[in-house]
Amino acid sequence: MQTNEQDIESFEVRVLRQAAPGESSYWERHRIDYEPGLNVTSVLQRMAAQAKTVDGKQVTPVAWESNCLEEVCGACTMLVNGQVRQGCSALVDRLLAENSDEIELRPMSKFPVVRDLVVDRSRMFRTLEKVKGWIPVDGYFDLGPGPRQSQQEQQQAYPLSECMTCGCCLEACPQYTKIEVTRREGESDAAYQRRRNAAHDGGFVGAAAISQVMLFNTNPTGRMNAGERLDALMEPGGIQVCGNAQNCVVVCPKEIPLTRSIGRAGRASTVRAIKKWFDG
Amino acid sequence: MAKERVLIVGGGLAGLAAGMKLAEQGIHVDLMSLTPFKRSHSVCAQGGINSVNDQTRQLGDSEWKHLDDTVYGGDFLQHQPMVWEMALWAPKVIDLMDRLGVPFNRTIEGFRDQRRFGGTLFKRTAFAGATTGQQLLYALDEQVRRWNTEGLIHCYEGWDFLAPVLDDNGRCRGVVAQDLVSMEIRAFPADAVIVASGGCGLVYGRSTMSMACTGSAASRCFRAGVNYANGEFIQVHPTAIPGTDKLRLMSESARGEGGRVWVPRQPQDLRDPREIPEDQRYYFLEERYPEYGNLVPRDIATREIFNVCIEEGLSVEKGRQCVYLDLTHLPREMLDKKLGGILSIYEKFQGVDPRDVPMKIFPAVHYAMGGLWVDYERNAEGRLAAGSPRNQQTNVPGLFAIGECDYQFHGANRLGANSLLSCIFSGLFVGPGIENLLGSLQGRSAADQPASLYEAAAKHHQDEHNRLLKHTGGNENPYLLHQELGQAMTKAATVVRHNSELETAYAKVCELQERAQRCALSDRGGWTNQNIMFTKSLRDMFPLARTILKGALARDECRGAHFKPNFAMPGLDAADEAGRRRQAEAWCDRFDENNRKWLKTTVATLDSTGEPQLDYEDVDTSLIPPRPRLYGLVGAEVIDEVWKARQKKAAASGNGQSATSAPQSATVQ
Repeated sequence: MQTNEQDIESFEVRVLRQAAPGESSYWERHRIDYEPGLNVTSVLQRMAAQAKTVDGKQVTPVAWESNCLEEVCGACTMLVNGQVRQGCSALVDRLLAENSDEIELRPMSKFPVVRDLVVDRSRMFRTLEKVKGWIPVDGYFDLGPGPRQSQQEQQQAYPLSECMTCGCCLEACPQYTKIEVTRREGESDAAYQRRRNAAHDGGFVGAAAISQVMLFNTNPTGRMNAGERLDALMEPGGIQVCGNAQNCVVVCPKEIPLTRSIGRAGRASTVRAIKKWFDG
Repeated sequence: MAKERVLIVGGGLAGLAAGMKLAEQGIHVDLMSLTPFKRSHSVCAQGGINSVNDQTRQLGDSEWKHLDDTVYGGDFLQHQPMVWEMALWAPKVIDLMDRLGVPFNRTIEGFRDQRRFGGTLFKRTAFAGATTGQQLLYALDEQVRRWNTEGLIHCYEGWDFLAPVLDDNGRCRGVVAQDLVSMEIRAFPADAVIVASGGCGLVYGRSTMSMACTGSAASRCFRAGVNYANGEFIQVHPTAIPGTDKLRLMSESARGEGGRVWVPRQPQDLRDPREIPEDQRYYFLEERYPEYGNLVPRDIATREIFNVCIEEGLSVEKGRQCVYLDLTHLPREMLDKKLGGILSIYEKFQGVDPRDVPMKIFPAVHYAMGGLWVDYERNAEGRLAAGSPRNQQTNVPGLFAIGECDYQFHGANRLGANSLLSCIFSGLFVGPGIENLLGSLQGRSAADQPASLYEAAAKHHQDEHNRLLKHTGGNENPYLLHQELGQAMTKAATVVRHNSELETAYAKVCELQERAQRCALSDRGGWTNQNIMFTKSLRDMFPLARTILKGALARDECRGAHFKPNFAMPGLDAADEAGRRRQAEAWCDRFDENNRKWLKTTVATLDSTGEPQLDYEDVDTSLIPPRPRLYGLVGAEVIDEVWKARQKKAAASGNGQSATSAPQSATVQ
């Protein structure tokens, strides 16, 4: 038996659905014909094609996000049997081996539901702005190569740079809580955006962004602006909120050493705070 | 020029590179993408990015050789000035990405490390682990985020481009797009529009491409009058992991490290592969190509694997085409050290350890060499005229195309690690030309257009959307139609192409297109309705599918990825030397004759009935004269001799190449 193929004809999928923000959620059951080699992504594709519940009721296709289907884009993150992960790398044979009754799909709980399994993770991208997650270069004209770096530096940076902003670490984090800002009647794009940014900026930045700060702060050019990023980590909702539960590192699909980044960022922030205090 | 705006469709490497460059030039940019930029298909590129570097240069490499490898690999179907310019820029592009913080692998001395890729003898490829595309994309995304905070780039992530807005003179004045969440349809005025929407893999159902690669943005431009070029050139990668949702790439390095490709001699032998004895295994690549074995070039490996499954019926599985790629005879320790990364992909998605069980692989559609037709301006040196608005501009004024969705740079076949380069290069290079274009507008900018132009365009698409929502006359399922389309295209227009099959597929695709007009939507709602958005992009796949098929049908020759056995030029079979020489002369005559007829860009336009009409354009081969690719051909040495003698003679009589070009030779790989 090379893939633990199942000796069944079909299996059930239970999905937590929600038509739109503010609507109540409900469970819906779908039955999918079994074939070897399915993953949750292909299950959702089949569900969309049949658009029918176990009771034969016609329903709308379940909305969900996806793109690369190779676990490098982060789009299809959801709760599969209660665990936060990418749907594409969640193999049905393995899920059924763990629980042959059904597969349960839910949207991430720390982000506002847009519809069904689609959540709004724009707060994560906003946080990357807040911590100035980039290398501030002079410009894009040809100024020769970047600084030389040791193999060790590259090997330290590379895993951090694999972060696909999927949000698994935030889903698992006890300190990261949902912030939902609903649009007001007649509110302009810009006004809504401002209000949302303000709300997001007060919340916890979370492991992903802290780790990104360490990525940029250890880059030879990025290091020149390390202080600005640390300052952003010391604002309300910054690194001090971390409760050291260490769930983030456990669920990260890219096995990024998040707790190590948090530890290093914590020490660097403390040093910066003391230095600033002495320097007045 | 505070008022002028440029709108970019697509947030992959090309779109982001263009956005950040324009922002640096002080131009306001609206950047629109189906997904958050960080989730674009560029993340899937693993291998690396090519350029001449200090090390290869000392081994005899040069930008000229990069150009030569690229056009030779592409079977000379590229306009050479564009490739020449790209090769010249390549070292600068990689230096820039290095400065932007891409964690390129390093040598012990701290320089960027390079690896060797297909189609060249030089270690030209810089890489960041096995996720070079992801790393490059993130670096550009970060720069765009920086410009976003400074207010120069406005991001519209989660919007679908519906159409360009053209004024009465046919000039592009903006776009109409739809918010994937709220379903709002809105017109965006713009003084130049850049389409950077990537490839069209979904036309083939499943491919190595991402779900956003529907080709719909390119197709919508095509429908609006933009020409589509070289559609029939689709690269198929020899080794991918067949999946029920997607075909995932399995790198060539598995074979490079000793992996063997085989099928059981007995069709669909149900035994565990490990229990099938050696003499009942058919190592078809090793048997047919004793010299190169499993490391034959990509196109040949692809064709042979395809052939053994489809023509000879020897696929490992009955309902599914695949062959074994076997690593189980190799030491685990070595596999972990050298192939750990790619083996874990197989393990993750197949749930099987390829160190213990042979992998099952099959070729998969991988890259569209063709795409939206774009112009260029050549200067006296055979390079591009920097700052010319003609560069990357389509035949619709004001509308540009860059990255995989344009048709340039790769000709009939793309070399590995050249795509990341072409995307970033075209993105950076298009900026100055657009700035000049904006400078010449003088009171005729989008802001000066009547509001009615945009209102009418938005209303047109809103009406169309409403009609589709309310449509009740049919019960076709868009997802199942898409599967049928994929099957028809994959069968007829991938590795081996026969005119009869292309004709059958064309009729089938027309029928499916007709049926797609009768789709019954399972969702008629007005919020995050993925059902209707998929149906729209499905409908837009047909014009591209028909163009691919029609172009392939018309092109009665073999060139790069386009292979028609009925038009292949056979090797020499004469027993005696004189006979072989005569045949070689005839072979070279036929090669020249074929080039006169087919060394041309296919240019498709869509007529009012939705039928693609084909025309052909000469290719600028002024820098490096075309020469035959003779790999694996019987009698290649004789043909090479004859070819070289002819070139020498031509040069002596003054018909030779320009002084800048390298010596010609029919290279035998």
